[in-house]
Amino acid sequence: MFIKRRKSWDLPESEVTDYQVYKSRRQFLNTAISVGLASALPSVGLAKPLDELKVYDTLKKSQFSTEEEKTTFEAITTYNNFYEFGTSKEAPSLYATEFPDESEPWRVEIDGECENPGVFDYDALVKPFTLEERIYRMRCVEGWSMVIPWIGFPLGELLKQARPTSRAKYVEFTTLYDPEQMPGQRRDVLEWPYVEGLRIDEAMHPLTILSVGLYGKELLGQNGAPIRLVVPWKYGFKSIKSIVRIRFVEKMPHTAWVKANSSEYGFYSNVNPDVDHPRWSQRKERRIGEFLKRDTLMFNGYGDDVAELYTGMDLKRYF
Amino acid sequence: MLLNSIQAWTSNAISSKDKSSMIKFSHLKVLLFLVCLYPFIFMLWGFFTHQLGANPIDTVTRLSGLWALRFLLITLCVTPLRWLTGFNQLVRFRRMLGLFAFFYATVHMLLYLGLDQFFDWSEIWRDIVKRPFITVGFINFVALLPLVATSTNKMVKRLGGRRWKKLHRLTYFVAAAACLHFLMLVKADIREPVIYIIILTGLLGVRLLHAGRHKQLSRQ
Repeated sequence: MFIKRRKSWDLPESEVTDYQVYKSRRQFLNTAISVGLASALPSVGLAKPLDELKVYDTLKKSQFSTEEEKTTFEAITTYNNFYEFGTSKEAPSLYATEFPDESEPWRVEIDGECENPGVFDYDALVKPFTLEERIYRMRCVEGWSMVIPWIGFPLGELLKQARPTSRAKYVEFTTLYDPEQMPGQRRDVLEWPYVEGLRIDEAMHPLTILSVGLYGKELLGQNGAPIRLVVPWKYGFKSIKSIVRIRFVEKMPHTAWVKANSSEYGFYSNVNPDVDHPRWSQRKERRIGEFLKRDTLMFNGYGDDVAELYTGMDLKRYF
Repeated sequence: MLLNSIQAWTSNAISSKDKSSMIKFSHLKVLLFLVCLYPFIFMLWGFFTHQLGANPIDTVTRLSGLWALRFLLITLCVTPLRWLTGFNQLVRFRRMLGLFAFFYATVHMLLYLGLDQFFDWSEIWRDIVKRPFITVGFINFVALLPLVATSTNKMVKRLGGRRWKKLHRLTYFVAAAACLHFLMLVKADIREPVIYIIILTGLLGVRLLHAGRHKQLSRQ
């Protein structure tokens, strides 16, 4: 479904920043923030030039896309939480430049409570599905947000192929564990590998997608290449990156942030302005690129589509 | 000893007859002033040349807070450095360093009030009451005020060295609370705040050791 091209740009000129320029900006920032301290980080190699990325055209448009103004490509690819590459916002764009290692094929294992488990090469996994553009709001638990034009397909379509059994109550996702490629995993900031999970009905919901690209191009390492989850009504950390395993399970998975701090992060982690995080009010958010803050919406504005998943649940308790 | 030095400092500053050394010191002070201002210039420059990333307001807020903490710790280095080097004149720079800690703390506070909360006082009040790390930060800022108010020569004189010294021990509390504030806002990677905590522990430990030895000496 994609055609490899070298010169095609889907981006408007205003949204394109030369890779080297933004590299140097990242460097500036990294120096600014860690002058003298915690800055013993390796020097940065040259990034893969952006015009060598796979380009996806002929994308199906989606009724789920928002009309809101998209966050710039530069911001989406340089302001990331991906602790596998370091805990600063800049670290992923600095240290994921060679990720994933192209000499090793990316495989995803699908197993657990299903009749059709298997290990799939990335290409074989993605091939059966029609890729769509889904322009979604993304709300981080830290109080900022973006609008991202993802490329992907509904997770439910893949899950159906695996034919989950009646015991499959939840779906558990696991990120690659490879400290060689992911320097952040050399320290126990979180319990590695990163694990996330959804209830099966959340996973099957048409809004939930597996993404393989954004802004018309394949995903960069810092955004969770080659394949990641996107669940737009939940805080960003639920949308696990660089997935190597999808498992159907009967019990609620132990997810990374719940393990790290269960009083602050819940399994559901639905965007909810009425449930504060102890360190951040969740009533407002700063949309990246905007000066004033905006009000945070229940379920990140996707309430019409997803509220029914939670009827009868006390969302203050099941946060 | 500290008392002596304060007296020496104040009397020197007020009525030094040694013109040549005064000129030298004033030059050094100007130089130090510019060095201390550098992080602020750096932030302004980075902000207006769009080099502070996708969320510049967050970046300047974090940087100003970080520099407030750094200047607090630098200020607390002065006395141990004096003991170490015997160069007592160092104390002449201490006030400027301390005031710069206050300067960066003020920038930090104003950024929070203005660009995070947009001076929405009811929201700010909720934040102070509900969010422990904001509570600590706020108490911390308030605790800096009496230190700043008593930083002039006149106030040192009025309070008297002993009382001034007692009051300014509040700096230890402020530095510790600043470390706590930093530690509390970190999500998972506590490495950086821990580095500052270790430095502060060292600076306070040296003082305890010194006080202990002083007591022993005076007993003998």
